[in-house]
Amino acid sequence: MRAFRGEPSVYGDAQPAKRQAELKIEGLTLIFGGLMALNNVDLDVRNGEFLSIVGPNGAGKTSLLNSITGFYRPQKGRIIFNGEDIKGLRPHEVTKRGIGRTFQNIELFPGMSVLANIFLARHLYCNYRLAPASLFLPSIQKEEVRHRKIVEEIIDFLEMQPIRKRLVGSLPYGIRKRVELGRALALEPKLLILDEPFAGMTLEEKEEMVRFLREINRRWMQTTILVEHDMAVVMSISERIVVFNFGEKIAEGPPEVIKNHPEVIKAYLGEEA
Amino acid sequence: MRLRLRPCGNYKESYKEELPIFETDFGRISSLIGLILLFFVIPFVFGSYNLYVLNHVAIYAIAAVGLNILTGFTGQLSLGHGAFFGVGAYTASILMTRLHVPFLPSIFAGGVSTALVGLVFGIPSSRLKHLYLTISTLAGQLILEYIFINWESLTCGASGIILPKSTIFGFDLQTDRSFFYVIFIFFVIFLWIAKNIVRTKYGRAFIAIRDNDQAAEGMGIPIFRYKLISFAISSFYAGFAGALWATYVASISPEPFTFGLSIEFIAMIIIGGLGSITGSVFGATFITLLNEALSQGIGYLMNLKAFTGMVTIAPFREFIFGLVIVLFLIFEPKGLAEVWRIVKSSFKLWPFSY
Ligand SMILES: Nc1ncnc2c1ncn2[C@@H]1O[C@H](COP(=O)(O)OP(=O)(O)O)[C@@H](O)[C@H]1O
Ligand SMILES: [Mg+2]
Repeated sequence: MRAFRGEPSVYGDAQPAKRQAELKIEGLTLIFGGLMALNNVDLDVRNGEFLSIVGPNGAGKTSLLNSITGFYRPQKGRIIFNGEDIKGLRPHEVTKRGIGRTFQNIELFPGMSVLANIFLARHLYCNYRLAPASLFLPSIQKEEVRHRKIVEEIIDFLEMQPIRKRLVGSLPYGIRKRVELGRALALEPKLLILDEPFAGMTLEEKEEMVRFLREINRRWMQTTILVEHDMAVVMSISERIVVFNFGEKIAEGPPEVIKNHPEVIKAYLGEEA
Repeated sequence: MRLRLRPCGNYKESYKEELPIFETDFGRISSLIGLILLFFVIPFVFGSYNLYVLNHVAIYAIAAVGLNILTGFTGQLSLGHGAFFGVGAYTASILMTRLHVPFLPSIFAGGVSTALVGLVFGIPSSRLKHLYLTISTLAGQLILEYIFINWESLTCGASGIILPKSTIFGFDLQTDRSFFYVIFIFFVIFLWIAKNIVRTKYGRAFIAIRDNDQAAEGMGIPIFRYKLISFAISSFYAGFAGALWATYVASISPEPFTFGLSIEFIAMIIIGGLGSITGSVFGATFITLLNEALSQGIGYLMNLKAFTGMVTIAPFREFIFGLVIVLFLIFEPKGLAEVWRIVKSSFKLWPFSY
């Protein structure tokens, strides 16, 4: 196939109104048995913003993401996405409303190729029914080819051409994280949620990932929530940072402020310093 | 026109070229030759008994393809496929004898009614997974068997139903040869449809649910709905095959549609290859031929003087069956489909297959 690094047309051509994402979380509380994973959390994510969430292990970051995407069921609070309360929706319904994610412990389909993994995420946009599909009518063929092009563009964009036909299970950890990003992008999410996408990556892989995320955010206004431990990455890429500890939000602000926030230094950065 | 043969690498220039089922003209030509042999040569050179065996192969293959969609592709192991086969058989038989519905609508009704029954038995899949779901399909098998035997006013119980002769567009279907045409036309059509289903979003969703249902849901796939679709397609295939079978053998009783038949279908897809449509056909062929060979062999042994009175030789069949399945699981867990792929790819580089 062509070897050039193009723009995915799903990004290049999309009108800003279609990619509008505003998330408002109010008083979210999630309890596991006796453990308060989230305690009365308020959080705003603005359209086009790159927001990072940091905090020590067990602070509740993944729990927050899982609550937003419908995998966990918080006991209290509201999750308003583009004006609609999405709390209590099933994960596939949340995805349909325009929230796409990656998982902390990579949840790819190891027995499928890179291509097939990303193709799967086009499911929402395959507008056809069983009867014509079972006859593989020309309209279905056209639709399949259209999605195939989009998938290839995403593969080009993330510079994965050499491995497009490889089984995901055979790829190194850092590359799998990139495949998972590609799969999330194929969902054309209004809000992109990434749970520790840099974990286990080499320095070079991290640099490339930062470049992709920055480009997606700056050029195509991709609203993004990033959960990440690597403070260097977080400081360099985020517009705003939220700090969690023990299920509570303890600080919030732009990178310069967070760097010097006493609570943050005590609760989180202090551990490493 | 230039023939497209199998290249050593992937040099396709457009995505459309990757869509066809047969990638090369060689594949297309050989399948065309296969079809010509199937419809214009085999029926005339094969005797009645051989056609009878082939007809059974095709009927079981249709049912096995259905089970493979549910179990091999979607990952939901069903122990009720034998009973679903029976639901189709009974539906067609009852429609033809009681309501004098013609052959074609009856066999399609067999498929549709079984799809509905399959939907009902698929409902537990919203809550149950793995072993628990499998056990609920076993319950389905037992419930249906009970209905076949005990709802006598509908099924005539153990005495069974004799079917009238089938006609299609005014032709009497009486010989093995005339049935051969009907059965194999449906066989080809249903195989093609199954191939289409698995290469579109439905197949992708099924495989995703099988491999990682949480991730599948995260990718926007309503997994319960797709499990139900898979149950419905799978049981349609079983019911349609069962209906064809009933009209072909022209008499049915509850006896064949037991748990044992369910196991045979599972054996077919394991031996043929889980998650392979073509493999299901290989598996159905293998098991049907093995069955025939064993019953011939046992018949022969029982006629020998030395064995007279040894009725206990019957379990021999089950033993061979189990042995074959275990051997396949150990030595070729991907089934005959994998063997076929290896044979094909050694042809690919022929004569330089290094
Ligand atoms: N499914 C679950 N069941 C029970 N406890 C959980 C579950 N998920 C997370 N927790 C608990 O909630 C707390 C927050 O975990 P998590 O959100 O994974 O933290 P983080 O992602 O910030 O490291 C931890 O104490 C964790 O043990
Ligand atoms: Mg986490």
